[in-house]
Amino acid sequence: MTDPITAAARATPAPVARRIRGLSDRAIAWLFVAPTIFLLLAINIFPLIWTIRLSFTNYAANRPNREVEWVGLRNYERILTDDGIWANMQTTAHFLLWTLFFQVVIGFTLAWLINRKFKGNDLLTTLIVLPMMLSPAVVGNFWTFLYQPQIGLVNYVVELVSGIPASSFSMLGPGGYAPWSIIIVDTWMWTPFVMLICLAGLRSIPDYIYEAAEIDRASKWRQFWTITVPMVLPFLMLAVLFRGIENFKMFDMVVLLTGGGPGNETLLASIDLKREAFEKWRTGYSSAYAIILFVTVFGLASIYVKALNKVKER
Amino acid sequence: MSAYSVTEPTGRSKLVAGALVMLYTIVTLLPLVWIISTGFKSGPDSISYPPKVLFEPSLEGYVNLFTTRTRVAAEEFENLPPADTWYDQIVRDQGMVIAGPSRFGERFLNSVIIGFGSTFLSIFLGTLAAYAFSRFKVPLKDDLLFFILSTRMMPPIAVAIPIYLMYRELGLSDTHLGMILLYTAVNISLAVWLLKGFIDEIPREYEEAALIDGYTRFQAFRKVVLPQAATGIASTAIFCLIFAWNEYAFAVLLTSGTAQTAPPFIPTIIGVGGQDWPAVAAGATIFLLPVMIFTILLRKHLLRGITFGAVRK
Repeated sequence: MTDPITAAARATPAPVARRIRGLSDRAIAWLFVAPTIFLLLAINIFPLIWTIRLSFTNYAANRPNREVEWVGLRNYERILTDDGIWANMQTTAHFLLWTLFFQVVIGFTLAWLINRKFKGNDLLTTLIVLPMMLSPAVVGNFWTFLYQPQIGLVNYVVELVSGIPASSFSMLGPGGYAPWSIIIVDTWMWTPFVMLICLAGLRSIPDYIYEAAEIDRASKWRQFWTITVPMVLPFLMLAVLFRGIENFKMFDMVVLLTGGGPGNETLLASIDLKREAFEKWRTGYSSAYAIILFVTVFGLASIYVKALNKVKER
Repeated sequence: MSAYSVTEPTGRSKLVAGALVMLYTIVTLLPLVWIISTGFKSGPDSISYPPKVLFEPSLEGYVNLFTTRTRVAAEEFENLPPADTWYDQIVRDQGMVIAGPSRFGERFLNSVIIGFGSTFLSIFLGTLAAYAFSRFKVPLKDDLLFFILSTRMMPPIAVAIPIYLMYRELGLSDTHLGMILLYTAVNISLAVWLLKGFIDEIPREYEEAALIDGYTRFQAFRKVVLPQAATGIASTAIFCLIFAWNEYAFAVLLTSGTAQTAPPFIPTIIGVGGQDWPAVAAGATIFLLPVMIFTILLRKHLLRGITFGAVRK
């Protein structure tokens, strides 16, 4: 089934096909790629190099006239020996690990259920996806309302379900619930993402593999662990990579939900960094902080990608 | 289709799966329904205990969102002429008078300008680059493509400091142009990767036939490739638009007045003694609704963007 144009093109010898008027292909290629590369150099790479440079100084952006001194590695030394920053890193790790755990478990389960192809699964999938398309800042702000003790929806539902009085606890206040509150909102928003990628993974498994397993009399349980899980694993790991990078950078939703509080209970690294850079105006110090975070993400991500490739090769 | 397949789930397992997913959907949509309904509550209804599920709808939130209001002295209030319009009346019922329009309209318009501006630019540049990567031998192609992708892994705060300084020097702080360029730089990596995938799927023979017919390479690109890639371009555009629409970190650091978008503005809506929740909810609804509608209408095309093109059919 070839249309005449395709047939003509196939029949034409290559040199004729390449004979063109106007710019050469090479010139066009450069012309087309250059603006993108230029934009990325100007707004991504150049600032990154600038950050590295600033990290060795004591520059303060709100005092541009003060003499800038080179301080060598002192900023890095101070950050790596600061107990507060290690505490923030632990807060970030707590947030990261639990959000990934919940999103993987719930996301995979949902995908597995949706893959039963019951009636109306398309519509439900679309509705489930809605939260992840919304502005994290607006969502974070609104969840402060849902988390209000007394008048908030969350406490009310907890009271209805468990009988614990709504006014006896505060999700965002003291009492240790705040780190879990941000995990709940992030899980609510981003479980659909993990679900969609798992769903793509499940749908990529050809039916004949299950049919072969059935002929071999493998139990459903065995099929699940020897076919479904290994085949979805590379997809799931990819989802974890994307979510991991995003949540390491997490800023907007949490800053509006808790602002890092109460105390420093939900002070994630990015929020702390923003305070150092744009409230305390310790530009040099916070540049070093930014580089440390950046190197951490890149280091962890590349180790992870190596593991991912190993899984894919199997 | 065979009449019986071992991979087809049984009726009962479908039913159970459907019920569980339905339950999850209801729970996950509850906060969204709550946001939308709070927008139509009156102030006292929004903070009543227990929370009101059934209430008398009111446009107070929407009126408060678009206006600023002041209290006037009691006697003066008595002597005011009757309210001219329905929205005047709603404000009077709260014991206040309208002082003027709020900034929400402007902020929303900024979101529209910056969102569409950066989407247009990302798609324009992204399509050109994606076409070149798809069709030509670009030196160091794989390295360049990886470089483009890796810029997306960078935490925004890591580059926010120098961008802040750079924009201050260049006079781009708090300008539409500055924000458009910034969001374009963030979006372009996604745009190039997604669009390259779409263009790769268009058979080369179409263009080569056009070249034989006497088109230049550029004409072939414009008249043959672009129309073929239209669906892909549209779905990539929606993605870029949603990102720019939702972005908060750069917006709050780099804009304060003229170019401020809606996400940093909505949390600052306050009423008497704290946030004016019906107005916040109204703002959130107006702001979030276009995205929800887009998502529902374009769900098929969006899937690929969500999974970052990493997952192909």
